[in-house]
Amino acid sequence: MGAPLIGARVERKEDYRFLTGAGQYTDDVELPRQSYAVFVRSPHAHAILKKISLDQARKAPGFIAAYTGEDFAAAKLGGLPCGWLITDVNGQPMKEPPHPCLAQGKVRHVGDQVAIVIAETSAQARDAAELVAVDYKVLPAVVDGAKARAKGAPQLHDIAPDNTCYVWAIGDKAVADAAFAKAAHVTKLEFINNRLIPNAMEPRVANGAYSRADDSYTLYVASQNPHVERLLMTAFVMGLPEHKVRVVAGDVGGGFGSKIYLYAEDVAVTWAAKQVNRPVKWTSDRSEAFLTDAHGRDHHTVAELAMDKDGKFLAMRVKTTANVGAYLSTFASCVPTILYATLLAGQYKTPVIHCEVTAVFTNTTPVDAYRGAGRPEATYVVERLVETAAREMKLDPAEIRRRNFITEFPYQTPVALQYDIGDYNATMDAAQQLADVAGFSKRKEESVKKGKLRGLGYAAYIEACGIAPSAVAGSLGARAGLFEAGEVRVHPTGSVTVFTGSHSHGQGHETTFAQVVADRLGIGIDSVDIVHGDTSKVLFGMGTYGSRSIAVGGTAIVKALDKIVAKGKKIAAHLLEAAETDVVYDRGIYKVAGTDKQKTFGEVAFAAYVPHNYPHDKLEPGLNENAFYDPANFTFPAGTYVCEVEVDPETGVVKIDKFTAVDDFGKIINPMIVEGQVHGGLTQGIGQALTESCQYDATGQLLTGSFMDYCLPRATDVPFYQVDTRETPCTHNPLGVKGCGEAGAIGAPAALMNAITDALGVKDMPMPATPQAVWKVLNNKQAA
Amino acid sequence: MAVKVSLKVNGKSVVAEVEERTLLVTVIREHLRLTGTHVGCDTAQCGACTVSMNGRAVKSCSMLAMQAEGTEVMTIEGVAHADGTLHPMQAAFKEHHGLQCGFCTPGMVINAIDFAKHHPDPSEQEIREALEGNLCRCTGYHNIVKAIGAGARAMAASK
Repeated sequence: MGAPLIGARVERKEDYRFLTGAGQYTDDVELPRQSYAVFVRSPHAHAILKKISLDQARKAPGFIAAYTGEDFAAAKLGGLPCGWLITDVNGQPMKEPPHPCLAQGKVRHVGDQVAIVIAETSAQARDAAELVAVDYKVLPAVVDGAKARAKGAPQLHDIAPDNTCYVWAIGDKAVADAAFAKAAHVTKLEFINNRLIPNAMEPRVANGAYSRADDSYTLYVASQNPHVERLLMTAFVMGLPEHKVRVVAGDVGGGFGSKIYLYAEDVAVTWAAKQVNRPVKWTSDRSEAFLTDAHGRDHHTVAELAMDKDGKFLAMRVKTTANVGAYLSTFASCVPTILYATLLAGQYKTPVIHCEVTAVFTNTTPVDAYRGAGRPEATYVVERLVETAAREMKLDPAEIRRRNFITEFPYQTPVALQYDIGDYNATMDAAQQLADVAGFSKRKEESVKKGKLRGLGYAAYIEACGIAPSAVAGSLGARAGLFEAGEVRVHPTGSVTVFTGSHSHGQGHETTFAQVVADRLGIGIDSVDIVHGDTSKVLFGMGTYGSRSIAVGGTAIVKALDKIVAKGKKIAAHLLEAAETDVVYDRGIYKVAGTDKQKTFGEVAFAAYVPHNYPHDKLEPGLNENAFYDPANFTFPAGTYVCEVEVDPETGVVKIDKFTAVDDFGKIINPMIVEGQVHGGLTQGIGQALTESCQYDATGQLLTGSFMDYCLPRATDVPFYQVDTRETPCTHNPLGVKGCGEAGAIGAPAALMNAITDALGVKDMPMPATPQAVWKVLNNKQAA
Repeated sequence: MAVKVSLKVNGKSVVAEVEERTLLVTVIREHLRLTGTHVGCDTAQCGACTVSMNGRAVKSCSMLAMQAEGTEVMTIEGVAHADGTLHPMQAAFKEHHGLQCGFCTPGMVINAIDFAKHHPDPSEQEIREALEGNLCRCTGYHNIVKAIGAGARAMAASK
């Protein structure tokens, strides 16, 4: 066969359908006798539900049914579970208040579900829902995580005194304190990692169906992990056997974390489908998405870095309050702990790290993993500290990093992780060159001539991806395994269908995974199709998040491919009348070493399905294998980002002049797709730093509840990016891959804020650096 | 009250019976089952619902169906050639990896085709400004901007 496919810029197999309008997103699924649901939601951030009256709604045209929390309680539907148990500093389990699908007696954030109304059309459902009369007794609300534990703050949950979910810590505080006492210099920062609203372009959709014929359910849902969705819904909420529930997540229009979770609406439409004996579809509008999709970030942090006189890092202390919102979303508890504090070593040999995290409930939308999930927050802490330290110690910011880079691997950090491999000087070197750091001072002079301010900032990030070794995750509190599954089905004529438990919602698995399969089997990529997103087709899966697809899902497929090749070898040996040990497989052909005897992959596949001449005494017919792969370790993508900005001091407008990203993702399967992932991640990171911020007023009303108020980056907000890669192959998976989906969002905010603070000549600058915020900081500086 | 709306969609005459309040996008998606046109917001900001009406890109979520009476509408399903070959703009998006999840893509392509008709050799800045009404959360726009430039030049060359 032709050139190797691993490493090739192959155009995407999925694009034709997306470009011609033939994608099948969940809202495009219309079932026979379809009905439509609308949720009645709380307009208050905190209130007691005194009375819900459905009388008027029942009279509305097209009304089919309506249910409230009372109906759900009577049906013994459980609350939504949290998938990760955090044990606090006193050895106690975190507080897990009930998270009802429909409110039970109380609402705790604007948008909290109060009732589901089902009608013949979506417009009729909306009309009927408006006729549901709810009598609320409004309570005072607490919104700001930093104020949630204050004396007299409104209390959300009886079982969580002081609105505290947990106080958790990692590292030895006494040792850290001792190192700080000896430090020549300490850099300290206090900042907020702003709350973000994910905003995948496709809003969430759930369409539940029930069949009396076999007492089974089907849920079509915009999800990143259909098997996880099914497991959580059946085992923890509805008490249904899994074999009676099929979950289908077809084409999904972006996720970024927000479609990992089991949401109340998913359960409600599935349960209601049986009650009304018709399919029930709910399609979120954007306003609902702002109010109910799990948000991201929202940390308040004080961080300190201790150094010796040469800028060598001695210790780090971090104290963070994480606002988890009104309830614990599916993975909310592990994001500000396991996925955050364990990354605080960054790329550096900091010997001692102590981090304490307090997670608090507030009257806001639940917060969970959003692209990067904990790792952008950690990178922001480390890289803002390091850059600030360099400025305070009058060291070059690249030089202080180089003095502290980890250079020997494997490296055991003081915060649990063991990095397998990396070359941080290599990505730093490449980034400095590509960004033309040497020419910065000249460009700065030119900016000054124009009356502009110019700044340059670095971020040398690391992330833990390929989530996750199940035993390690389990010991840290995970309530699920985090392996992946794959199946390779070779058809009689030699074409191949591969089923993966990973899920693509923009990442291009149908192409990347097909490249891996075609390359390793030595067959044409057009002979390979990838199937994902349907529990009735795919054997099992944990889905896609944490940049895990290629490292974990791809490896599961490789393991299954190895079994296919091995069985094929036995068949070929029989056909070629040779010893199995003499048969080699070379890019689509089984050959007997040292002879011209050979059989193609297709011939072997045919023999497996038309087994007239076949070793029946030793082998089963057919050519179909599956594999489960549980990773030995996390993977550790890392890189250096360099951002250069020009600021107009008159207006406070920040222009990103250059953004350079050099990443080490290990082996790369499709550079075109990888670059696209980096571009998208960078833009979300730039969004956090420059334009996006979720804002509530003091009563808990969301002020940024539409694209008119919440500023998603537009095309004019971002530049063309300069991206490149360096490669240290992952040591513990057969492809040598690490994952690339989140890097951009992890590294970009710190690089951008380091550049802006450099330009402004200030230490602190809150995110997002909107023109108004920048202008204020500049004016305060001048006034001071 | 139901009203009748007659229009041409992708070259075919259609008559839809709708409520007065029905939006054009609802007719396209729900009555005609042309689900390539998407709804990504409720404030006319995202552009996922963009269709071509009498040759101009419009947001079908911001028009009543009745306002489309007598018009010629082209949705993403009508963009490729009859034999399935991609339009040069669609081909440019594929070649330049100008799409990831695909949800914003139909609106991007329809808007880009209208833009390219008036800008046969657009600059980066012109393209970025032309995307003012289209949001994408996946690509960071980098490859969309490249694709539109290439697509516009390919359209001009094929004239």
